[in-house]
Amino acid sequence: MILSLSKDTIQVLKEQDVVFLKNRVKETAVKIKMGLVNQTRLLTACSELVRNMMRYADGGVCIIEVVSSGRNNGVRLTFSDRGPGIPDIAAAMRDGFSTGKSLGLGLPGTKRLVNEFDIKSKMGEGTVVTIVKWANG
Amino acid sequence: MDKIPILRMGAFLLVTIQVDLYDRLALNLEADLVKMVNKTNAKGVLIDISAVSIVDSFMGRIIGNIASMSKILDAETVVVGMQPAVAITLIELGLPLKGVHTALDMEKGMNMLKSMIDSNEEDTDEDQTDYDLIAE
Repeated sequence: MILSLSKDTIQVLKEQDVVFLKNRVKETAVKIKMGLVNQTRLLTACSELVRNMMRYADGGVCIIEVVSSGRNNGVRLTFSDRGPGIPDIAAAMRDGFSTGKSLGLGLPGTKRLVNEFDIKSKMGEGTVVTIVKWANG
Repeated sequence: MDKIPILRMGAFLLVTIQVDLYDRLALNLEADLVKMVNKTNAKGVLIDISAVSIVDSFMGRIIGNIASMSKILDAETVVVGMQPAVAITLIELGLPLKGVHTALDMEKGMNMLKSMIDSNEEDTDEDQTDYDLIAE
């Protein structure tokens, strides 16, 4: 059972918003005493997902939550956009697959960096990606 | 508009990245650096990332690009000062930065560049000698 302790919604439309978002995520991670390596993993994952949102959907919204499950605290990030959607999620989760001109590491790499990863996408409606990183996990 | 300074020191170019990179800044750095290599005839590029706390797949690709672009302009690239957490993240992300030389700190990086360039020059000398011999 995961409880949400605080919730913060940030609009991401311009490149400056990305910097602001990363700072807020970092503050949140520091607040729950997440270790440096996990902070770096979380921020790198955030950076990948927010880039996808900017590149493929012209921005969207990110919800930053402090969550707790038993004794464990963590940060949950939910990225939702109203972009074109991902036609083949299984392919998008494969290393080296990209419809843009990138390395194709974004989604599969992000999944390796966080504890929980969930992606939902509907063609023509948008994509929602949720990740959780526990303070000690 | 932020800009990352590129300093010239003899045959080398020094870049110290003091801020967390965002995409536009990284792309500008790539373009500026390649131009500078061409303009100053630099033999080596040293990039200090000790103040960078996040390198994601995009930044990793830019670093790789800078190294390969410099390489075809006859300059070696060494990346120095990577934080341990960044190294962990890069490998987990699946980005081993192949083809990029790295060193722990500025001094080791500098020595590495010097030795690489010395050995390159020796090779050229040998080539010339062979050529001279054939010519004779």
